[in-house]
Amino acid sequence: MSSRIPLVPENAVPLPSLKANNGLLSWVSSIDHKQIGIMYLIITLIYFLLGGLEALLIRVQLAHPGNDFLTPELYNQLFTMHGTTMIFFVVMPFLIGVGVYLLPLMIGARDMAFPRLNALSFWLFFFGGILLYYSFFTQSGAPDVGWFAYAPLSEKPFSLNKGPTYWALGLLASGIGSVASGLNNVVTILTMRTPGMTMRRIPLFVWMMLVTSLLLVFVIPIITAAFAMMLLDSILGATFFTPAHGGSAILWQHFFWGFGHPEVYILILPAFGIISEVIPVFSRKPIYGYEFVAASTVAIGLLSLGVWAHHMFAVGLGNAANAYFSLASMLIAIPTGVKVLNWVATMWGGRINFATPMLFGTAFIIEFVVGGLTGVAIASVPIDWVVTDSYFIVAHFHYAIFGGSVFAIFAGVYYWFPKFTGRMLSETLGKWHFWLTVIGFNMTFFIQHFLGVMGMPRRTYTYYDMPYWGSMNLISTIGAMILGLSVLIFVWNILVSLRHGRPAGDNPWNAWTLEWATTSPPAVENFELVPPVRGRRPLWDLAHPDMPDEPGAKTV
Amino acid sequence: MANNRMLVGFFIASESIFFLMLILAYVNFHGSVTDGPTAVNSLNPVVTGIFSLFLFASSFTIWLAGKSLRNKNHFMLKVWILATIVLGAVFIFGQGLEWSGLLDKNITISRNVFGTTFFTLTGFHGFHVCVGLIMLSLLLGLALAGDFKGPKSDAVECISLYWHFVDGVWVVVFSVIYLWAFL
Repeated sequence: MSSRIPLVPENAVPLPSLKANNGLLSWVSSIDHKQIGIMYLIITLIYFLLGGLEALLIRVQLAHPGNDFLTPELYNQLFTMHGTTMIFFVVMPFLIGVGVYLLPLMIGARDMAFPRLNALSFWLFFFGGILLYYSFFTQSGAPDVGWFAYAPLSEKPFSLNKGPTYWALGLLASGIGSVASGLNNVVTILTMRTPGMTMRRIPLFVWMMLVTSLLLVFVIPIITAAFAMMLLDSILGATFFTPAHGGSAILWQHFFWGFGHPEVYILILPAFGIISEVIPVFSRKPIYGYEFVAASTVAIGLLSLGVWAHHMFAVGLGNAANAYFSLASMLIAIPTGVKVLNWVATMWGGRINFATPMLFGTAFIIEFVVGGLTGVAIASVPIDWVVTDSYFIVAHFHYAIFGGSVFAIFAGVYYWFPKFTGRMLSETLGKWHFWLTVIGFNMTFFIQHFLGVMGMPRRTYTYYDMPYWGSMNLISTIGAMILGLSVLIFVWNILVSLRHGRPAGDNPWNAWTLEWATTSPPAVENFELVPPVRGRRPLWDLAHPDMPDEPGAKTV
Repeated sequence: MANNRMLVGFFIASESIFFLMLILAYVNFHGSVTDGPTAVNSLNPVVTGIFSLFLFASSFTIWLAGKSLRNKNHFMLKVWILATIVLGAVFIFGQGLEWSGLLDKNITISRNVFGTTFFTLTGFHGFHVCVGLIMLSLLLGLALAGDFKGPKSDAVECISLYWHFVDGVWVVVFSVIYLWAFL
């Protein structure tokens, strides 16, 4: 088993070195996938803190009835920026960034297929975010039309300020970066795999990133076109979305959600990938039903393209359209349920080690299922008509995106931090972070289901002193403060562990995928030698030559 | 490397969705204009049709350029790239004529929803043609500098793929805007 095969061919273009003391310039000019990945993670952490601060200000404003802690104008700007930031500048770029870091390592490659394009993607994301946040410093303030910027509110003459224009420009720039990332990922996964790493052997995270990247390639141009139309409306006086001049406000909704619904799968599929890596390693078992997890991802990707109008039941599209979109949306529960069963079956009978990554991974399953169940409920038209635009919806998508994506992101950070930095995150602080997150998250959002059913509208600046509304909102606000505290512990953990964390070694979790075969952090060229790939768990095969996953499999 | 052609293939797929949205917007508002300019009362399908022939012909010449490279005929490679640039430039000139004629009659992007969708769709297509012309000019410069030894070049093949795409988009756009209005 000592036979090691050489590295994939060197890139034709020389890459910058990662030597110490190269300073800021070595980062700014970098086209190394690991450096670019780390830059994504740092920038998304900053946006996470900003978006979290905006959320806390919203919760303070809502802590008791009739509050005037914020002005109504600032409140509108804050909830718009909170949603936009968390979706486009935290969850999405985090997942793209962690993908950029890990994909080449997981498939045994030297770098991405197009390292310069990779850098372009990052800088488009970076400057897109700055363009968006610059709007706070303009006279008219930040965008204040909600994260989906419905027309005609986002159009002249209802929005005389420039906020929506900054919003569209910033997202246009970062969106083009996302398309470039998607293209780069797809070509990397399809052409850069080390010999033996067939499509049936790539880690499930890579499968999820492949489907996500295809969604980026095919779905972002929908919103790019819509942003272009919105900008033409606001700058050149075009009339796409202005009903007063023959345009159509509903068209914006169709275009936005034609992108917007697949977008939520762009946010959750890589999270599924993280969970599909973490759960087997901490259950000490191979993933149960690899093919089903991969195939159900493809099914989700395809279904996600045909369900957009379930966001528009309140428009009144007619019974036929409502019935179709309701049914198609409910269908997504099937491939999603397949995954949940696979994860549970992987844990079943395993020797489970509840280290912090696994705690977040396990909690992910539970919290995400809550968001999934409310999702099936509101896919039903009559229920949607009752709770639409209420706090029930806010609770639903926070369970999906925070309870789902962000819990998986935390699992991924604790799991791969040793690989990124060479040091372990503190388990003690990790457990504090985990339990405060679980308590704070559920305290904040579970009660919002009830507030929604009781009729509290989302995005409301304040509310009358209705029975129980004040106390329920106060509970939610206290939960948000606990959540804020948990994030501070998380950041503290990162800062402390970077300096004083326990040295990790190459493979602290005894994991099986290729990224753990190299040093932590990996050298510039990633691998000295790529281990032979004869199955889905190359490092298991290497350590147990007498009982490989695929007996008799050839290397190449 | 197959990488580059695969990248361009997926890029073209992505761009197709972008143009699909612009075309859907045009189709959505087709017939909803009750007064003011429309495709029927303000466009000239014959003139634009003739200029379109130049663009369609340029797809043929860029194919001949690639064929010349495969045969290691470096002189004809340069000739056919130059011919492609000229044909594309004539098409863009025709687009400019049409636009200025419309603007003279005060038909603008803000006049009504026909103007909005027409100028957006033809404008983004024209922008893509211009980007193609810039890339073809770079290609010509590199060919003159003797960069392409043949028989294969990713740069020639990728830009040629892109150019066919721009041409193909115009087949659809021309059909939707002009043929639909006048046939």
